[in-house]
Amino acid sequence: MDAGLVAEQIAESDQINEPAGALEVGRPRKRKEDARLLTGRTQWTDNITRPGVLHVMFLRSPMAHARITRVDVSGARELPGVVAAFSGQDFAAEQGSLPCAWPVSEDVVIPDHPPMAVSEVRYVGEAVACVIATDRYRAADALEAIDVEYEQLPAVLDMNEALTAESPKVHEAGNKAFSTKITSGDLEAAFRDAPIVIDRTFRQQRLIPTAMEPRAVMADTDGESFTLWSSTQIPHVLRVMLAVVTGIPEHKIRVIAPDVGGGFGSKLQVTAEEVLCLLLARKLGKPVKWTESRSEGNLTVHHGRDQIQHIRLAADADGRIRGLQVALLADMGAYLMLVTPGIPLLGASMFNAIYKMDAYEFACTGVFTTKMPTDAYRGAGRPEATFGIERVMDELAAELRMDPLEVRRRNWIKHDEFPYTTISGLTYDSGNYEAATDKATALFGYDKLRAEQGDRRDRGDPVQLGIGVSTYTEMCGLAPSRMLGEANYGAGGWEHASVRMLPTGKVEVITGTSPHGQGHVTSWSQIAADALGVPFDDVTVLHGDTAIAHKGMDTYGSRSLVIGGIAVLKAAEKVKDKARKLAAHMLECSPDDLEFAAGAFKVRGTDSQRTIQELAFAAFTAHDLPEGVEARLDSDATFDPENYSFPHGTHLCAVEVDTETGMVKIRSYVAVDDIGKVVNPLIVEGQVHGGIAQGIAQALFEEAVYDADGNLLTTTMADYLLPSAADLPTFTLDRTESPATSNPLGVKGVGEAGTIASTPAVVNAIVDALRPHGIHDVEMPCTPERVWRALEGRAQEGARR
Amino acid sequence: MPRITVTVDGVKYEEDVEPRLLLVHLLRERLGKTGTPVGCDTSNCGACTVMLDGKSVKSCSVLAVQADGCDVVTIEGLGVNGSMHPMQQAFHEEHALQCGYCTPGMVMAAIDLLRDDPDPSEERIRHGLEGNLCRCTGYCNIVRAVRRGAQEMGRAVTMP
Repeated sequence: MDAGLVAEQIAESDQINEPAGALEVGRPRKRKEDARLLTGRTQWTDNITRPGVLHVMFLRSPMAHARITRVDVSGARELPGVVAAFSGQDFAAEQGSLPCAWPVSEDVVIPDHPPMAVSEVRYVGEAVACVIATDRYRAADALEAIDVEYEQLPAVLDMNEALTAESPKVHEAGNKAFSTKITSGDLEAAFRDAPIVIDRTFRQQRLIPTAMEPRAVMADTDGESFTLWSSTQIPHVLRVMLAVVTGIPEHKIRVIAPDVGGGFGSKLQVTAEEVLCLLLARKLGKPVKWTESRSEGNLTVHHGRDQIQHIRLAADADGRIRGLQVALLADMGAYLMLVTPGIPLLGASMFNAIYKMDAYEFACTGVFTTKMPTDAYRGAGRPEATFGIERVMDELAAELRMDPLEVRRRNWIKHDEFPYTTISGLTYDSGNYEAATDKATALFGYDKLRAEQGDRRDRGDPVQLGIGVSTYTEMCGLAPSRMLGEANYGAGGWEHASVRMLPTGKVEVITGTSPHGQGHVTSWSQIAADALGVPFDDVTVLHGDTAIAHKGMDTYGSRSLVIGGIAVLKAAEKVKDKARKLAAHMLECSPDDLEFAAGAFKVRGTDSQRTIQELAFAAFTAHDLPEGVEARLDSDATFDPENYSFPHGTHLCAVEVDTETGMVKIRSYVAVDDIGKVVNPLIVEGQVHGGIAQGIAQALFEEAVYDADGNLLTTTMADYLLPSAADLPTFTLDRTESPATSNPLGVKGVGEAGTIASTPAVVNAIVDALRPHGIHDVEMPCTPERVWRALEGRAQEGARR
Repeated sequence: MPRITVTVDGVKYEEDVEPRLLLVHLLRERLGKTGTPVGCDTSNCGACTVMLDGKSVKSCSVLAVQADGCDVVTIEGLGVNGSMHPMQQAFHEEHALQCGYCTPGMVMAAIDLLRDDPDPSEERIRHGLEGNLCRCTGYCNIVRAVRRGAQEMGRAVTMP
């Protein structure tokens, strides 16, 4: 394909016929990123190579918990094509410990976490040796020739058992990683004599994030400095951490995140493989590359969720919430990785959600088990909280025989009460739960579906209809640095951007965010185009290379637009300020006499003007610059938000549940989200679609399953079920718009909202369908077998009575 | 080592290959055709889908030696007269890709689907793409793109 022709083809199709000067922000711009992705010119890490590159493969522990008594790699070293083979002992002096950047409490235990196990393995998949060969087939052959002897130790798999005194220990210090509690209001008073107390335990199953691109790492060195390519969400954080872990000075490490094929939190990590590839490049003086297989990834990409949630809610007879008490057990897995212990705590202030109450308590205990460590997965702590509260609100409604929307209405914060400081201490800046819910119920045909539900119940239809409600909010845009400091997080939450006018009047934006599917190149172009009055197509956006974007905090937690996008805006405004001084000099007037419109500074009331492009060239030639103005029209800015971002919305799901087979079919799904102002509605729609699908996947399909010995059973995509197109419906979307007050664009994060909202909407719908059968919970994923067994169980209980 | 002759995106190659070499590794690592990615090792995800003698196959599940004498078309060879194929263009128009990793396979599978049914319903598209997984889009816009691609291809004078 001809690259020039493709570019022309795309440009032609993307013409937007609007008057010149119309704002870019708010337009459904098609993505600048698409052409190379559609034509196979993408730079995935595994596509990149270096002359003489060697391939790394890791031998991984087949035991959940064992002492390593012997590793013999000599057999591998003798095979053709094998350059080297190493065991953990060979790295022991230099490999350091993988970092945990979030010591959440005073009692937190952060065990040593060697990138390659030296003396003990604590989960199936932990690396114990590696082979470096001329190609991946030879490396795979050589793994077979490595001899490892283990002395098996008992696996620790169940969180409740792990906390008993008799349990075998994952680490010497015991199985409790940390415990924490926050309280607000008088909980005892709230529960004392409460007419209604709902008491439920829910399980958040373990999930595997499953970005479509498996991880890959390549490392190279010229003998002095190092370059590491990685399929990562966090090139900047990774660079700092690699320096800390390996002792290689930070300024000698360059990290490049080329095109990255999805992350969903799974690539927000400092991995063993990244550290080991860097050390191998140093040991061998050669470029090395590792690309994981999917089954290797299911074992060793950090997992998500995995909580047991005990929730108690006290309410008055009219449905008003008095108090909420949450006690979590959160499975850390075998080690604390980058933000492992912080994940459940991201839900600490969210169980109270959009509701007013008198008292609140959140307690969480982190537990070590001999499983793959957990860490961030789309939503990270907030889907768990939203699931817990939205499930309990439905249980409260059922107890009161009240419509689930009515019980929510009686408790939620009204639109005229914003800004509102919640019982857990967060201040929600804006929102309108009434408006979103009204819009959603109208689109959904709520009353009609309720009528059909009643009809099906009356006639004992084997296929029952269920309606699920989720009126969620979440805190995202991670995060105000001050608040991160208070939470004992190891870094700040700012973001950085640079904007440069080039001599020919084109614009380069350099962002510290690190997109991997989110379309930042397109959205940041829209922001910069408006701020500088230049055409959308005249802006390019660079990212993902610490040598180009030298400063950044990367992409996760729905932070990129609300922090990184604002940094772009601030940097562009500074460029405009510089341009104004230069324009005033050239036009021989005071800067205050100039007005800026459509990319030009004009002397008020005259025709004299200088375009920003002319000023860029004047700065470049520097023939006549005023005092104090340098020969550059560029600037940078760091933005640190004053508050989190609080998107919200109402999601409604209708399911048909076949009571004879347990099969659940989503009949319709309506989502009305409020994410404030929107930069690109096309991209927003895509984020919401994908988010909803991932939340539905947790509700219906996905679960990482370990057997009684601690072996992962769901190592392939044949066992770990991602939904296909045939498993999902078309979603109906709409929005309400309550601008954020915490940033100048009024925008809120959107990357995680769909996932946070949809899981409880689906499970609430299933339970709603089955309530007449005496069922008030189905454990996730709600597979046909689970639903059927729940129905059978109730039927048998009935027969015994 | 067996010698195979294979045409990829219009170029003829003669290669000595180990019998165990997968077609996708021949494409990616020997011929530099990195437009076709690998997403799994059990032929579930479909990211590596290419056309083998006009029919879509998952190139991780075909040995290079099985492609001897065959004509392979990858995402890199789809264009017509230097421009993008209508299905590629439709994916762009409908924002049917985010990270883009599944996209090459998804586009190939969509084109193959239209060979059987040039005007597929939404349901037919959803079932026809069951073997190709996407983690970003929730499939809504992919379905729309395939509908649009079908319409465009119906209009086009030549089919690839």
